Amino acid sequence: MPAVTSQQVESRVVEALASFGPEPEQITRESTFEELDIDSLDLVELAQIVEDEYGVVLKGEDMKDLQTVGDAIDLIVSKAEA
Amino acid sequence: MKRRVVITGIGAVTPLGVGARPLHERWAAGECGIVDGVGACSEFEPTEYLSVKEVRRLDRFSQLAVVAAAEALGQAGWTPEPPYDPIRAGCVISTGIGGIHTIESQHDVMRERGAKMISPLGIPQFMPNAAAAAVSMKHGLRGQTYGVVSACSGGAHAIGSALRMIQYGDADAVVAGGSEAALTAFGLASFMTMQALSPTGISRPFDARRDGFVMGEGAGILVLEEASAAEARGATVLGEVAGYGSTSDAYHLTAPEPSGGPAARAIELALADAGLEVGEIDYVNAHGTSTQLNDAAETAALKRALGTEQAKRIPISSTKSTVGHTLGAAGAVEAVATVETLRTRVIPPTLGYEVPDPELDLDFVPGEARPLILSNGHPPTAISNSFAFGGHNVTLVLRGPQ
Repeated sequence: MPAVTSQQVESRVVEALASFGPEPEQITRESTFEELDIDSLDLVELAQIVEDEYGVVLKGEDMKDLQTVGDAIDLIVSKAEA
Repeated sequence: MKRRVVITGIGAVTPLGVGARPLHERWAAGECGIVDGVGACSEFEPTEYLSVKEVRRLDRFSQLAVVAAAEALGQAGWTPEPPYDPIRAGCVISTGIGGIHTIESQHDVMRERGAKMISPLGIPQFMPNAAAAAVSMKHGLRGQTYGVVSACSGGAHAIGSALRMIQYGDADAVVAGGSEAALTAFGLASFMTMQALSPTGISRPFDARRDGFVMGEGAGILVLEEASAAEARGATVLGEVAGYGSTSDAYHLTAPEPSGGPAARAIELALADAGLEVGEIDYVNAHGTSTQLNDAAETAALKRALGTEQAKRIPISSTKSTVGHTLGAAGAVEAVATVETLRTRVIPPTLGYEVPDPELDLDFVPGEARPLILSNGHPPTAISNSFAFGGHNVTLVLRGPQ
C-alpha cells in the first residue's frame, strides 16, 4: 500500500466530518467530537469511509476512547502504517 | 371523569405549501396541489428549515414532521421550552410506510458497494417511530412517545391515542399527528399494481368518474393540551378534540366493508365520546379517497350513522381532492384542515366533483368554498373520518372556537 501521510488523512477526515454537520472552519486537530456534536453513529460512518479509502479497519473498541479529531487522525495513520 | 382536550397549535407541510394556513386558504381558493398525478410537497426545501445535521439524519418523512411540529409548537408558545413538566408531555406521530427513501437508498448501497457500507444511520432514519423520536428529542418531550402504524387511518389514530392519554391523565399535553413521504417509483408502482391509484391521475372524490386515489406526501401536527392547564397558562385555544371512535371491519385486506356498518360504528362511538348529537354536526371532513369502493362505503356509513336526512343536511368535503392521499399523514393533515375550517368558518370544496354519482346523494360541496353555517348556538363542530387498508376505521370529533 502506498504510504499515507498525516496531511492526507487529516484533509479526508475533515471533509468527512464537515459533511456530517459542523462547519469546516470549526474542525481542527484540537476540536473534540463532543463540541462538534459528532456522536457514535457519525464515528461509525467515518470508520466506513476510512476503511473504504485506506483499507484500515476501525472497530468500536478502537474508537471508544477517541476525544479529538487529532486522536482519530493519529489512530488512522498508525493503523495504515502497521 | 374524562378531561377535556384543546388544540393550541397546528402545523402542516403539504402539496399546498409549508404551513397550516396555506393548506386551508389555498384549498378554499380552489387550488389543487396535485401536479402530474402526484401530490408532492414541491415548495418544501428541507435546508430552509433544518440544519445540515438534521437533514442528513432524518428521512424525508421525519423532515416533514419536524417542520410541521415546529410550526405547531411555535404557535402554541412551546418554544424554546415546553410549558409543562416534560415527563407529562408526550408525542405520537403516525406513518403508513416509514422511511422508504432511506430503505431504498441503503438497499442500493448494499447491492452496489456491499453490506458493510450500509449507513449506521439507516435504521434510525427509516424506523416508523423516527418522526416521533425526532420531534420528542428536538423539543425535549419526555412523556410517552411512539409511532402509530395503521396505514391510512394512522394520523387519526395518533390524535385519538393522544386524546385518550390526556383524557385519562397519562399526560397533560401531547404533540400528535402523522407524516408520510413515500413518493418513490417503488412506492407509486406498488399502489399502482394493486389498482388503487387513479390511472388518470385525477383526485375527484365522490364524483361518478372517480377511478382511484392520487398519492400525496406531507405532514400534519397538532398540539393537544388538557383544557384547564391550557387555560391556566393563557394559551390561545384553536379548537377542541372532543371525541374519538375507532373500529375495524374484519372483512378484507383492502376493500372496505360495503354496508359501511363498522365505519358507522366508529362515527357513533366518536359522537358518544364527545357527548354530542348528530344535529350538532356542521361539517364532515370525509376520508373521500376518490376510489369507487371507499367513497361508496363512506357514503353508506355516513347515512347509517347520521341518518339519511341529517347526512344530506351536512356539507361534506374531501381534503384529498386538493393534496391527494397522504396515507399515514392523511388523518392528521385533514384534522389540521378541519380545525382551520371551523376556526375560519369557511368550508373548502371537494375539487373535481362535477358529475354526481346517483348512489352517492349527499352534499359534497361542489365548485366553491362556502360559509360554515351553524345549526344552532353551539361551537362549530365537525367530524373527520379516516379509513385504512386493513379495515381500520377512525372518526374524530373536532370543535372550533365559539
